[in-house]
Amino acid sequence: MASMLCNIGAGDEVTVQGPGSIRRLAAREAIRFGHKIALEHILKGNPIVKYGVPIGFATASAQPGEWIHLHNCRSKVNERSSGFDPTTGDARDTTYV
Amino acid sequence: MSDLVGTGYLRRDGRKGIRNVILVIYTVECASFVAHQVGVGESDVHVIGFSGCYDNAYALRLMLSMATHPNVGACLVVGLGCEYTQPGRIAEVAAASGRPSRWFYIQEKGGTRLGVKEGKLALQVLREEMATNTVRVPLQWGDLTIGAECGGSDGTSGLAGNPVVGKCYDALVDRGGTAIFEETVEMIGLRDMLQSRAATSQVAAELDATYLKAERYCKAVRQYSVSPGNFAGGLTTIEEKSMGAFAKSGSRPIQGVLRVAQRAPGPGLWLLDSVPDDHFMQFGYTNPNDTEGVMDLIATGAQIVLFVTGRGSVIGSPVSPLIKITGNSQTYERMKEDMDFNAGTVLSDELTLEESALSLMNTIADVAAGTPSKPEAIGHREYFLMYKHQDVLSIEAGCHA
Repeated sequence: MASMLCNIGAGDEVTVQGPGSIRRLAAREAIRFGHKIALEHILKGNPIVKYGVPIGFATASAQPGEWIHLHNCRSKVNERSSGFDPTTGDARDTTYV
Repeated sequence: MSDLVGTGYLRRDGRKGIRNVILVIYTVECASFVAHQVGVGESDVHVIGFSGCYDNAYALRLMLSMATHPNVGACLVVGLGCEYTQPGRIAEVAAASGRPSRWFYIQEKGGTRLGVKEGKLALQVLREEMATNTVRVPLQWGDLTIGAECGGSDGTSGLAGNPVVGKCYDALVDRGGTAIFEETVEMIGLRDMLQSRAATSQVAAELDATYLKAERYCKAVRQYSVSPGNFAGGLTTIEEKSMGAFAKSGSRPIQGVLRVAQRAPGPGLWLLDSVPDDHFMQFGYTNPNDTEGVMDLIATGAQIVLFVTGRGSVIGSPVSPLIKITGNSQTYERMKEDMDFNAGTVLSDELTLEESALSLMNTIADVAAGTPSKPEAIGHREYFLMYKHQDVLSIEAGCHA
């Protein structure tokens, strides 16, 4: 898992700086500044690791270069947010009538 | 870096303020208009108050700690005349702490216009009294208590904004200062990590109890401290946000857990538990907005609060200046007028974390020495006092930590 330090388009090459290592991979889709990109193949149900700790688990499998967010990653404790709009973050479970 | 930060206002209890404001406190929503009118056009006056008619121990403790805060030089308490909370008793506590204090009931003074007139006259008297009892003394890092809070977090907050504050906290603690962080509802998922930071095994047990209460709270109210703006900014789960938020605590051992309105018994790093206790009204509510957390931090006696925001925030605070820090250079550029510090330079490799933290220490020193922070200069004085229930017994227990 890596965090994007700029906006990137589908097919663009991303340079990943880790502790003592640099690697490159292609983004499979547009990913925005501050959002996350998968570095490895992630199987559905497996933990998603950032900062060396599990920050949630995969609700769908993902390929390296895919955007990791609400649509394919879910908190172990917070059941509400996984249905929210992954782009705007807006809640989809509140009725405004 | 010099140990001398500037000059402070010495209070009778030995604490030192970096500001000398007159605090106007109203004791019920019905008195809020008059209290705010008293403060209009008075640059040295800050206004806070409690909206409830029925009194609340948490809100009262918070008001009392504000009335005797090191940055407060005098106090005026305004009541309507029907409410449970007694303005005269608050003024008494402020006066006993060596602060010139006044209070009145609006009903007794004859209504809105006459109440405002009474308040304005009181300000003049308070200023005269302050002029004769103000003592300036050298201010050192060890005299400072600094709170930290985040709001409007994004993907940069855990990578730059909060880690820079963490380094800064390490430096403050190493210089003998006191650092207080809170937001235990943003430590969800970090139970082991939190315990591993405890100074003693007793503190580890306190931290664990505090963590478990926060977890029970979130489950019970079905609310986690993560918002649409956080998601839009790239944070996916509360666990991810927690890791970023916790980074602001730095790396020094945690000395203990404070309850709202409790002062740290000694220097070092402390965790403030602002979550309500769960025996009364099934928790009630915590963390309704950023200002609530900032108020709880100021009530510990913090003279300055660092506020980390990735997305951008335009709040300020009464009594103690808020220093706005963002780890997002785009946010900094877009909202420069509101932001004090850009930690985004860490992500663009312009500065190391250590260099950025040193630069932030300089910003803090400037504000401590009297330079207004951005929100302070703009005039932001947002406050929030709510009904909340925390046991007092735990405060006494906590004092022995």
